[in-house]
Order: sequence, then C-alpha cells, then structure tokens
Amino acid sequence: MSSVNYGSKRIVTGAGYGFRDWLAQRVTGTLMALFTVILLAQVIFTSGPIGYEEWAGIFASQWMKVLTFCVILSLLYHVWVGMRDIWMDYVKPLAVRLVLHVFTLVWLIGCAGWAVQALWRL
Amino acid sequence: MTELARKRPEFRNINALKDLPTYRLPAAGFVSILHRISGFLMFLLMPLIIWMFDSSITSEISFAKLSAAFNIGIGFVPGWFMKLVALALIWAYLHHFIAGLRHLYMDVCHAVTKEFGKSSAIVTLTLSIGLTAVLGAKMFGLY
Repeated sequence: MSSVNYGSKRIVTGAGYGFRDWLAQRVTGTLMALFTVILLAQVIFTSGPIGYEEWAGIFASQWMKVLTFCVILSLLYHVWVGMRDIWMDYVKPLAVRLVLHVFTLVWLIGCAGWAVQALWRL
Repeated sequence: MTELARKRPEFRNINALKDLPTYRLPAAGFVSILHRISGFLMFLLMPLIIWMFDSSITSEISFAKLSAAFNIGIGFVPGWFMKLVALALIWAYLHHFIAGLRHLYMDVCHAVTKEFGKSSAIVTLTLSIGLTAVLGAKMFGLY
C-alpha cells in the first residue's frame, strides 16, 4: 500500500467521511443562533407587556416568515445529523438502527410540516 | 485488503451501571454529554414545542388557552408541571446554544488547548445553569 492516503490517492473505504454533514450542522446551527438573537432582540425591544398582538406581530412580517421557514428547514437537517450520530453511537443492531432512523425522519418531517403550517396560517 | 479495511479490535470494558456513575468526567466531558442529552430532549419534545408555537400565534383564544395551561393547567396536567417541562426545555436550549457557540468558536479560531477547553466548559456550564435558574425563578414568580 502506498504511503500517501489523502487527496486523489486516498483509499475510500466507506460511503463518506461525514464532512458535508459536519459542515451542514455548523451552518444550520449558525443560522438558528442568529435567529435566536433576532427574535430575542424583537421581544426585548417591544415596549410594554407582550400579549397576543405583539407576539404574533413579530412573526407576521414577510421577512420574519421567510427567516423562520429557513430556520425550520435548518432545524430539520441539524437534528437529523445529530440524531443519526446518537443512533450510530449507541445502537449497534442494524435492523433496530434502521427502524430508529426511519422513525426519526418521519418524526422530523411531520414536525417541520406542522411548524410551517402554523407559521403560514398567520 | 488494505490496511484501513482490516477489522479493528473492539474494546468494551465499560460497564454502564458499575463504571459510569463513578466515572470522573472533566468539565468539557460534562458539556459534551449534556449537549447530546439536551439535543435528544428537544427532539423528543419537539411536538410540544410546535404545539406551543402554534397555539401562541394562531389566535387570541389559543394564546389565552396556552397561558392558562401554564397558570391553571390543561386536562389532567397541572400548571406547575407545564412550567417544569418548559424550564427543562429552557435549560436544554440554553445549554445547546452556548455549547454550540463554543463549538463554533473552537472551529473558527482553532482553539484546541487543554486550558481553553476547560475554562470555556466551565463558562458554558455556569451560564446555562445560571440563566436557567434566573428564568425559572421568574417563571415561578419568585421575583
């Protein structure tokens, strides 16, 4: 075997090395962190007590809806990567792991659909 | 057969019941496992989070129902229990958020020294637990 095992000489032994997911988790995490700060700022800078009008008003503007939509999709992917990591670390039987993966996907897609529906009804 | 594809030996010498409770994790280790636990908790309670989001923005009536769920209770669930669950979610979010920022900072700045790992872990734990306590006290009306 050659001593060089990187770049074009790299010997590929699996489906991937997880770099794309690693990066995606950071990018989606950054977006969600920014969203948190933006939402918090709007709550803090609202004068007076926050009732339904003020709270729903934050999500009513089109830019906030689009941003929240992007955050919901980010969350979907972020959690998928994280949950897959957990199952891969602790669940060794392949059949059980497959079932848990499918459950995770259905759970997440269902939740994302519900969140988007609630958001766009506003 | 390449060297990488050869079967690697497996070492399973940790007993979850006997060894884990006495295992002395460093601060960074606590941040790491709590990052995982907090993420898992939010994953499991995601329908509750979305239900709260849905109720809070749909209408004035659903908003009032949500407030009542925390103040009086909903169905057989008392209000204080709803608050307790919300507090657990607040902790999970804070911990995951701060530990996530720590991750990002370490990735961007190549901050990989042992000292930084320890000090930033202590900051993470202090901030997340401290803020949870402050918000929890507010939620239960202590100030």
